[in-house]
Amino acid sequence: MAEKLHFELVSPEKLLISRDVDMVVVPGIEGDFGVFIDHAPVVSTLRTGVLQIRHGDDADRILVHGGFAEVNAHGLTILVEEATFLSQIDRAALESRLKDANEDVADAKDEAHLATATKLRDRLAETLAVLDSTAG
Amino acid sequence: MANLKDLRNRITSVQSTQKITKAMKMVAASKLRRAQETAEAARPYVDRMEKILASLSAGMAGQPGAPKLLSGSGKDRVHLIVVATSERGLCGGFNSNIVKAARAKISRLIAEEKDVRIMTIGKKGATSLRRDYKTHMVQHFDMSHVKRLGFTDTEALADYILTSFNQDEFDICTLFYAKFQSALTQIVTARQLIPVSFETTNVVDLGGAAYDCEPDEKEILEELLPHNVGIQLFRALLENAASEEGARMTAMDSATRNAGDMIDSLRTTYNRTRQAVITNELIEIISGAEAV
Repeated sequence: MAEKLHFELVSPEKLLISRDVDMVVVPGIEGDFGVFIDHAPVVSTLRTGVLQIRHGDDADRILVHGGFAEVNAHGLTILVEEATFLSQIDRAALESRLKDANEDVADAKDEAHLATATKLRDRLAETLAVLDSTAG
Repeated sequence: MANLKDLRNRITSVQSTQKITKAMKMVAASKLRRAQETAEAARPYVDRMEKILASLSAGMAGQPGAPKLLSGSGKDRVHLIVVATSERGLCGGFNSNIVKAARAKISRLIAEEKDVRIMTIGKKGATSLRRDYKTHMVQHFDMSHVKRLGFTDTEALADYILTSFNQDEFDICTLFYAKFQSALTQIVTARQLIPVSFETTNVVDLGGAAYDCEPDEKEILEELLPHNVGIQLFRALLENAASEEGARMTAMDSATRNAGDMIDSLRTTYNRTRQAVITNELIEIISGAEAV
């Protein structure tokens, strides 16, 4: 049995996952890349996308947003601002949030509000687009 | 000699104070547990982040074209001192310790004829610093509306610091907060945020190899360094929250104990006085009877 890759997924709030896995597919900014044990050291920022973790027969799929990945001799560490298991995503809720966000953008009174509202809307739209592409 | 009724009143008032401090201690203890958990849960992210940044910036430091947040503005004339304290008092030496450390730094900088600007987070530090350094205060952030600190709550603070740095309003930024160690000890920590400083122990040894970077080193650092300021602030505030509750718990615990001691000694005086009154009355009765 080959050795396992030590994988850690951390968000500012807490350490989400820390265990040994077979392989992780990371949605890097310049394209997805797979990480096995003894991968060369890499640092990459991430795009909003799906992180795939393969361990034996089961595979976890996690939607991540805003963060970066680091591979060194000790393993793979991924720091993200937000992470949700794909199975726990409520598509309808996201869509209604996007609708609200769109209304916020339309209602924004000044530039500061508009900027924050637009940022939120773009982020939700991006998440939904990623979901569509993985589902399809 | 004190009057019996006065003594009784004092005992009741100390007793009710003791009830209050005891209740505050319990509340602080349960809040502490939560705050401690969140603070400790946030540590891995910051630690990993520091490791990565330290390793990346080790290669970049001193090179021309390194991001300003890393190399600094090249001067050390204007200092921004960020002092994070709590919104509420009654937490022992928590606030005054942080303020004392900040004050020491500020007066040293002023003695060196540097320009000092102070930014405060939390009411308590702001009020005590305003007395001496009113002209130096540039910004205050009120955190009293925040119930549970989320990462987004610190974004406004980080934004303010980053924008003023980009507008060349200061050269060096130092953050003061209390790192939580246990309910009994909180360590006042001064941390230089800009330009970032790292402990060299954090640099991961790659055994001669170098990181492969996507997109490239500079772009990653330019994205990560501002993010790091936010993360550091977030961490500091979480640690502060835990420290505050810890300090409050200890302070209230000793207040409860002091009240207990006071009640004991008051009760002794009360009993003694009561006996003296009875003896007096007896003497009066007996000497009255003898006179007959």
